[in-house]
Amino acid sequence: QKVSVEVLDHLEHLALVDFRDSEGVERLQKAIQFANQLHEVNTDGVEPMDSVLEDRWCLYLREDDVTEGNCTKELLENAREKAEEYFVAPPG
Amino acid sequence: VAARGCGAVWRRARQRGAVGPGPGPSAFPRGHRAVACNARGGALSAGKSGVAPWIPVVGLEIHAQISSNSKLFSGSQVQFAAPPNSLVSFFDASLPGTLPVLNRRCVEAAVMTGLALNCSINKKSLFDRKHYFYADLPAGYQITQQRVPIAVNGSLSYSLCIDNKMNQMVTKTVRIKQIQLEQDSGKSLHDDTRSQTLVDLNRAGVGLMEVVMEPDMCCGEEAAAAVRELQLILQTLGSSQAVMAEGQLRVDANVSVHHPGEPYGVRTEVKNINSIRFLAKAVDYEIQRQIEELENGGTILNETRAFDSKLGCTVPMRDKEGKQDYRFMPEPNLPPLILYDAKSLPANMNHQQVINIDWIHERLPDLPSVKREKLVEQYGILPEHSFTLLNEDGLAEFFESVVKQTQMKPKKVIGWILNDLLSYLKQHSLTVKESPVSSFLLADLLNLLEKKEISSTAAKQVLAELWKGEGKTPLEIVKEQKLELLQDQKELEEICQAVIDGQENEVIMTVLG
Repeated sequence: QKVSVEVLDHLEHLALVDFRDSEGVERLQKAIQFANQLHEVNTDGVEPMDSVLEDRWCLYLREDDVTEGNCTKELLENAREKAEEYFVAPPG
Repeated sequence: VAARGCGAVWRRARQRGAVGPGPGPSAFPRGHRAVACNARGGALSAGKSGVAPWIPVVGLEIHAQISSNSKLFSGSQVQFAAPPNSLVSFFDASLPGTLPVLNRRCVEAAVMTGLALNCSINKKSLFDRKHYFYADLPAGYQITQQRVPIAVNGSLSYSLCIDNKMNQMVTKTVRIKQIQLEQDSGKSLHDDTRSQTLVDLNRAGVGLMEVVMEPDMCCGEEAAAAVRELQLILQTLGSSQAVMAEGQLRVDANVSVHHPGEPYGVRTEVKNINSIRFLAKAVDYEIQRQIEELENGGTILNETRAFDSKLGCTVPMRDKEGKQDYRFMPEPNLPPLILYDAKSLPANMNHQQVINIDWIHERLPDLPSVKREKLVEQYGILPEHSFTLLNEDGLAEFFESVVKQTQMKPKKVIGWILNDLLSYLKQHSLTVKESPVSSFLLADLLNLLEKKEISSTAAKQVLAELWKGEGKTPLEIVKEQKLELLQDQKELEEICQAVIDGQENEVIMTVLG
């Protein structure tokens, strides 16, 4: 089944990735085909799984203490552009 | 003060000569009473021109910042106004290799709020990722609870005054669809001159409770009253300080109109509402705009609009083409959040890791509605009075303090609190805490009045003097200005006689006439 132009537009917009050459589209179609094999499994009445650990994976609760922050300089080191301790990003 | 009730009617929009791209601010005719739905909600008949009435439908999405020391998933501090990017951890900046760790306090805040709003608390709730690109969302997604939120199916009761006399109050209820925990985003400052955006991530990752109210409201006043009551509840619980001016409480309104018997109309979302007063205006404007648009043969777009407080109107927001696809997926780094109650409490678990809903329920403070009932019952004041007392921070405590220190009956004291003290504070934009007249001084003054040592008029004079905050006691002012009531019968007779003697003619006329 072919992937329509509307779907391609939508995906490119969401992912901000340009893959419009024919090799890209071909790859995408193959990937979708591969993933669609999941539909062959009957999952009626089966709860979706969150983790293979199931209920042995307990959510750890942290105490409400201030333990981090105050590393402005370090964080800004990664910024391509900065202005007086602000990150600079394109407009809009 | 509880919002004035809706008594008027949604009138048919006045015919306008030219239909422009949309009603501008002038479309809101001056003197036009903004609000209009009847006390039961919904429209009344439109009147002469025979156009079918409109039913406005208003739902709200409210984001309340959780009052906690640290953020929802990291240990950086939560604080309003700090040097840019100083309250940011590696996780908040979305650096690779960092993971979310849930803050216990934030969960408790959400449970408290859910219980106060009569919700069912989900003992198992899940976290999801909501994806979209924006400069102040470094990860490219927000962690929220889209599939199974922490609390669902609650209700909030609020009151309105019908008619302007504030004599009759009506209680309304709005259903709470759900409450979910989610992350706040950072702040973007748009620098149009340099064509760039400055990003501060101090707010990124702060815990939010999103409270979704079903579209059970029908006008700006109802929306405002509901939000005001929610604000009071949150402040009473301490789960959020809910100060709108500091962005701790943000409200988005969903507005649509339809004819009775017909399906709901297309709705618009109104954002950028910075105060409860503006909320009422924004909602009413949007209702009016939609009615006029539809009556002029136009259509309503399912769009997001911003409220412009200077112009008093809503305008389309840029950057909202088409429907957003958030590509929700389970947050893979967080297992389900499990809550317990007395029955399901596990025997051998570290109790710092356990949140017991029943334990929290037992420790909920008195909610505003309960506090009001108690005030009315204990002091014999009117329900409307209890609303005003709770509406002003610290006023109820001030009132009770005065009552304790005076022999004057609470029913009389309330008049002095609401008419004299409060109006003075409002005039000078002071909070109760900033009042130059303490409860001790006021009680002292009222005692003089109660013992009939001064008249009511004199008491008001003394009060005016006390406002100056010069440190004088009521008794000192009374003596200074010679305001004592004369109690001595003989002295009174002498004065009266002297007056009569001095005005013989008038006395003769009075006796004859």
